[in-house]
Amino acid sequence: MAFLTIEQAINQALYEEMQRDPRVMMMGEGVAKSRAWLLREFGATRVRNTPLAEAVVAGTAVGAAASGLRPVIDLLFAPFLTYAMDALVNSAGKLRYLSGGQHEFPLVTLCMTGSGWCVGAQHNHNLEAMFVHAPGLKVVMPSTPADFKGLLKSAVRDNNPVLFFTDLALLFEQGEVPESADHLVPLGLADLRREGEDVTLVSYGKTVRVCLEAAEQLSECGISAEVIDLRSLKPLDEATVLKSVRKTGRLVIVHEASGLCGMAAELAALAASKAFDALRAPVVRLTGPDAPAASSWVLEQAAVPNAGDVVSSVETLLANRSQSAS
Amino acid sequence: MNSLIGHPRLRGLDTMMLIRAYEERLAILQQQGAPGTCTSVGQEACAVGVIGALESRDRIITNHRSAAHLIARGAEPPRLMAEVLGRVDGYCGGRSGTLHISASELGVVLTSTIVGAGLSLAPGVALAQIMGQGEKGGIVAVFFGDGAACEGILHESLNLARQWELPILFVCENNQWQAYVHRLETMADESIFNWARGHGLEAERVDGNDADAVGEVARQTVAAIRADGRPRFLELLTYRQRGHFEPDDQAYVDKAELNRWLNHDPIALMRDRLMAEGHLDASTLASLESEVGERIDAADAFAQASAWPDPKQLLDFVYA
Repeated sequence: MAFLTIEQAINQALYEEMQRDPRVMMMGEGVAKSRAWLLREFGATRVRNTPLAEAVVAGTAVGAAASGLRPVIDLLFAPFLTYAMDALVNSAGKLRYLSGGQHEFPLVTLCMTGSGWCVGAQHNHNLEAMFVHAPGLKVVMPSTPADFKGLLKSAVRDNNPVLFFTDLALLFEQGEVPESADHLVPLGLADLRREGEDVTLVSYGKTVRVCLEAAEQLSECGISAEVIDLRSLKPLDEATVLKSVRKTGRLVIVHEASGLCGMAAELAALAASKAFDALRAPVVRLTGPDAPAASSWVLEQAAVPNAGDVVSSVETLLANRSQSAS
Repeated sequence: MNSLIGHPRLRGLDTMMLIRAYEERLAILQQQGAPGTCTSVGQEACAVGVIGALESRDRIITNHRSAAHLIARGAEPPRLMAEVLGRVDGYCGGRSGTLHISASELGVVLTSTIVGAGLSLAPGVALAQIMGQGEKGGIVAVFFGDGAACEGILHESLNLARQWELPILFVCENNQWQAYVHRLETMADESIFNWARGHGLEAERVDGNDADAVGEVARQTVAAIRADGRPRFLELLTYRQRGHFEPDDQAYVDKAELNRWLNHDPIALMRDRLMAEGHLDASTLASLESEVGERIDAADAFAQASAWPDPKQLLDFVYA
């Protein structure tokens, strides 16, 4: 095991995959500067700075992926994805299907989002659910250094377009990372981060830690919370979530992205449609507001669910349980 | 192909006649309720001239107005027609329908109906070629119209192709129409090819209804791209003789302008020229016409007889 930051884990995954497969290449605004050691190791043909033109960077990656290369593009900040959406959503997501399976798009799109850097809504917008809604794409948003490495390596090896979101606030978090070049975390598999009996907390990205902190505080009050880190948003690991909901009977979903038509809405529908008989309380969604992210630290942080919010929601759920039981 | 054809220009005429007959048959089917199409009637010389200058190692990116490009590349009308009708024997198993027909077996890849999408994808296809994927020395020909030229992606694509020296032949078929809007309503500048020159590409403009002229400039341009690997640009002046999407009564079209272009029809132009030069006589022409008609009848029958896709396969091919 090595002790790495998430930034280092991403770089290690890129290095290992570029070394393993000569078809893997990187493009993006400044990648040859920000990842200069990849440039030194693999050369300017495979590590390419691009113009600041996300639409054609993404389109080029899609065209290259369909033609035998395995591009990884770095679009920097998630809101810039809107410039790249035609290539990703209309081309990469649809042209395999529309062509009757003639094309494959082994392509990874990296981007960062989330509160913590006070950059405001045009650099901080958790819009991952937009891509979950688009057919043909896969969407990943890990929370630990080991998962960043293992999921990025799996994403590079996948033959489908993968959106790989990095929560800005986690970038310099450290953790243990397996050193093996074969450390893979499969897409579509959630991680049970803490076992519990009374309530299931489901999250991804930075709010996984919020849930773990809340679970710790709840345990001091005698409440046992289970915590699931989704890691992949699409494919969604329904089985892990449903198994836990069937065990605890209570579901709280926590994410920084806004709530309307978001992952929490999807998970609430999942629980209602496939585990309704097991639910002992209404499903709770703790999400960011339907508002652009502010830059001011105080306002930025006010938009993110925190451990106190989770604890009080769970306490309310369990209080209702006690009342109805008595 | 007709056994009477020896001369390559006669083959070109025959291909244009086949494209025309195919699309006119589709228009009839559409009046009877078949899904609509965006035809390339009037633009056949662009496809025949440019694609005749390409080799099998080259890749072609077309768009929603794709029939001429596909047939010029050798696509079979029965399978095309089956695709338009949504049947299993179509090139894409009926999933594409008319608007995004790819035929990778012919090197026609990544067809998108999003206007300008081909311009975003072409650099990647060319990049893969120069990075050792596919057959050595291949280039990419990307077809788009004056409508796509008004998308910002044109400039991103030209700039990147020039900066990275990607072997791309940009082919702008300026057919004067952007869906239901005449291009003079949308463009402050008359000459699209000059925009490419502004990005440092060599660019030419020719009569897109003259298959000889298109073929000549295309051969020179393709040879130049193969020689130095740099992108180049052709603007082909042509005219969309039918509506944007069949059926379309063209009520918005200036009849005088349409008639001027009908009098400069690419097929009539080539036919009369070949006859005047002694390469074609009336009986050979009649034989070509009759054989084209038989091929289209056979295509029609094949497509109508082709099975519908099995709804159980609805979710096939979403993911690899």
